[in-house]
Amino acid sequence: MLKLENVDVSYGAIHAIHGATMEVRDGEIVSLIGANGAGKTTILHTITGLKKADSGKITYNNADLLKTEPSKIVTLGMAHVPEGRHVFPQMTVEENLEMGAYASKNQEKVRDIMKDVYEKFPRLKERKKQLAGTLSGGEQQMLAVGRALMSSPSIILMDEPSMGLSPLLVKEIFSIIKEVHRQGITVLLVEQNAKMALSIADRAYVLETGHITLTGTGQELLNNENVKKAYLGA
Amino acid sequence: MSFLSYMINGISLGSVYAIIALGYTMVYGIAKMLNFAHGDVIMVGGYAALMMMMNAGAHPLLAVLVAIVVCTVLGVTIEKIAYRPLRNASSPLAVLITAIGVSYFLQNIVLLIFGSSPKSFQSVVTIPDLKLAGGALMITGETIVTILSCIVIMIALTTFVNKTKAGQAMLAVSEDKGAAQLMGINVNGTIALTFAIGSGLAAIAGVLLCSSYPSLSPYTGSMPGIKAFVAAVFGGIGSIPGAMIGGILLGVIEILGKAYISAQLADAIVFGVLIVVLLVKPTGLLGKQVQEKV
Repeated sequence: MLKLENVDVSYGAIHAIHGATMEVRDGEIVSLIGANGAGKTTILHTITGLKKADSGKITYNNADLLKTEPSKIVTLGMAHVPEGRHVFPQMTVEENLEMGAYASKNQEKVRDIMKDVYEKFPRLKERKKQLAGTLSGGEQQMLAVGRALMSSPSIILMDEPSMGLSPLLVKEIFSIIKEVHRQGITVLLVEQNAKMALSIADRAYVLETGHITLTGTGQELLNNENVKKAYLGA
Repeated sequence: MSFLSYMINGISLGSVYAIIALGYTMVYGIAKMLNFAHGDVIMVGGYAALMMMMNAGAHPLLAVLVAIVVCTVLGVTIEKIAYRPLRNASSPLAVLITAIGVSYFLQNIVLLIFGSSPKSFQSVVTIPDLKLAGGALMITGETIVTILSCIVIMIALTTFVNKTKAGQAMLAVSEDKGAAQLMGINVNGTIALTFAIGSGLAAIAGVLLCSSYPSLSPYTGSMPGIKAFVAAVFGGIGSIPGAMIGGILLGVIEILGKAYISAQLADAIVFGVLIVVLLVKPTGLLGKQVQEKV
């Protein structure tokens, strides 16, 4: 279980996250929705150590993440698909996937997982020798997800996976998220596409200018008047 | 025959530039900074080897090894103390200015300890000169060792970067630090390793340079440092083969320029060629230019 307690984060003088408390239980899909600049990405960055917290506590199972060397977090079974994909542009698709398994020592297992990933994303297999920087946005997103799966995570953090994709691809990405979840991987999803994010979520949190203002099941939030007005355009 | 001999000298000098340029280009590729103190690390390497040979009477090979260790430690220390705290500074100029400061700091420390008068350097090369074509063409032992070292370093470094896990980590960090960290790569450790390798190579370059041009002063490193930087840009900064090709071309142009055009103008020619190359191909000869879809 991933747990945040009273987490505060700031960028210089700008206080970005105010006392965030939330949890993601094993096997859940939890969505974090909010407007642009609300601090969603900052929360994910703080969980995986890309950003330092000012105070508070973040634990994953028994590990204190704020005290864990950031490069060790992936070995705890946590993968992060960053906003904007961040694939390695000058590496081939296959090299990108290999980087995803950088921390794992069992080469045989890595090959098996890669086979799985290629099965899940046949497009990646077709293009395995192609430089990642030359892939389309949708393909890069698949690669970013595939790369995260290479570490055989037990929880996966996804930051705006639908950003910049066509409606058809958005659907595809969401069905991939569901499939990943069916395999028993816990998902923490950050999205601006609130409708999609809430409809697949077991539970969700609403973030407004650094404060978590609302929480409930995905269905509850879909029916919440304030959420409807602010995020669902109804 | 003299042309051939100039060429060989050019390749030899260029090999030294290439080895120095590797340090510039690797550090630039990975930390996106220009380490202007790199040239002075060469000079420190020269002094370390000289002290070992003169004062401790060490075997030249041992002296080279000590120089490598001294420079490696120096490079990692500089990175840790002077550059790392500024890595996330709001302006990239902060670390650039710091690098210039470190450069003067090293020069002045050495000036304080050893004084300003140049010391004559005792060559570390013990193999005899090679006389070809009945003595018309002479290749010095220094030249042979320098060119061979350059080839060995190039092969070793390419293998290291492409075939080892640490090398792959370097490539990943050079492309995207954040993503690399998410993959489980220790970014600080990888950057430190890059400085270590670059500085170790600088020590080798320093010893080779001083063996061929046996005069060592606190300012010995600055001009070769700048030229190696030019070589790195010339070949395409960030590219390892680019640094190699840029360095060797630069050495050849410099020596041929000195021989056939004007000894005084040789440096101007070198920099002139750089300007032309950058006008025609702004990323350098082997600079990467991948179109990225967003």
